[in-house]
Amino acid sequence: MRIVVDRDKCTGLGMCEAEAPDLFEVQDDGTLKVLDEHPDADQREAAEAAVMSCPTEALTLVED
Amino acid sequence: MVAERFVVVGASLAGLRAAQTARKSGYTGELALVGGEVHLPYDRPPLSKDYLKAGDGPEDPTFRSEQELEEELGGDLRMGTWATGLDPQRKVVALSDGTELEYSALVIATGAKARTLPGTEELAGVHTLRTLDDAVAIRQALETGARTVVVGAGFIGSEVAAGARKRDLPVTVLEALPVPLVRSVGEDMGRACAALHRAHGTDLRCGVKVTGLTSEDGRVTGVSLDDGSTIPADLVVVGTGVAPCTEWLADSGVTLHERDRGIVCDETLATGLPGVYAAGDVAHFPHPLFGGQLMRLEHWTNAAEQGMLAARNALNPAEAKPAMGVPYFWSDWYDSRIQFVGVPQAEEIRVVSEELGEEKFLALYRRGDRLTGCITIDRPAQIMKYRRMIMKSATWAEALEFAGVS
Repeated sequence: MRIVVDRDKCTGLGMCEAEAPDLFEVQDDGTLKVLDEHPDADQREAAEAAVMSCPTEALTLVED
Repeated sequence: MVAERFVVVGASLAGLRAAQTARKSGYTGELALVGGEVHLPYDRPPLSKDYLKAGDGPEDPTFRSEQELEEELGGDLRMGTWATGLDPQRKVVALSDGTELEYSALVIATGAKARTLPGTEELAGVHTLRTLDDAVAIRQALETGARTVVVGAGFIGSEVAAGARKRDLPVTVLEALPVPLVRSVGEDMGRACAALHRAHGTDLRCGVKVTGLTSEDGRVTGVSLDDGSTIPADLVVVGTGVAPCTEWLADSGVTLHERDRGIVCDETLATGLPGVYAAGDVAHFPHPLFGGQLMRLEHWTNAAEQGMLAARNALNPAEAKPAMGVPYFWSDWYDSRIQFVGVPQAEEIRVVSEELGEEKFLALYRRGDRLTGCITIDRPAQIMKYRRMIMKSATWAEALEFAGVS
């Protein structure tokens, strides 16, 4: 499983960080840092919640 | 009676999320999504932001194509259809096309509609901003270089003002209260927001009362104030709040709030009628994180979260869970982003950025010994950290320590 961010869509609203703080962190300049691009299976639920919560639909999970 | 039909009334964000969540959680029975607007479900935040920007045609805010929706929801999509009544005994929703829809579980997500200036509804050049059609009309007016007057210095009106200023158009914002946004964020914060308008050349006038509009040949020409003056205008955008869409529930037995006629729910978003839940802008609910304070939120994140929760609870009431999301909204003004988490009613508000001599605004809200709110302007890295602290019922002392003050 890999997290992909569409940088054209992401505006750094931070909902993903609220859902999955181990995977995402918004930076001072508003850009999104993915802390772990290849999360473990036990983080799937949090990753899916983050994808679902994104107001700009900037996140996708790609199966490896 | 139908064995199993999940009906969602209202096809904006909360309604769409409710329908999607039903399918995602494995619901295989019949499903119907009823929406009053003719458009397929679309996203509202861009309407007062990117949609108003100059340049090539704006991006289509529709969430999903009709085909995608049909594939994802496998249900009965009824756009351009209003609910006109609810009979909880027969478990039936009456629709504007004269048909009825039986339900075994129902989510009401009819949202709210923008308040207008009474008597000005037929006047050309006067708009609210709630729907896609509103946004199209406002964008067209901005394209023609309209002198813009915004009535109400709330978030929507302020975003429109910012959009018009970005096009270098003259903009006046009229606010009845001495400081804008006092109810949403408090007084100091309202002043900080007001400063953004003034820094960008928007003529913000507070403590003024609109007495009427002037017009010629059915088109608005100006806004009259109680001091006798008139501000010339080609475009008037009224941003004076919204009212929940619940007229259709008047005789249904659903409890409506005495102040605004929103639906009064319990913490699981149940309305009290069997199988009937509510979500989003239409719903009042007692928030467990804030001492059971009854609140009705008009935020994107709330609509999304409650749409999902209401569907899960409606389909599995035995394991219904409470709505626990910490309120969060954002608003984009000029080149700044205002973000707020928590609730604004506080016993103390500390403007931490001022104490630390920091340029970018950050304030914390306290109730009792707990952190209950945070507002930032252009500090995107901070806000979600405070949201998590509020979610975990962090103490005031913990919040101050994290902020670097004490």
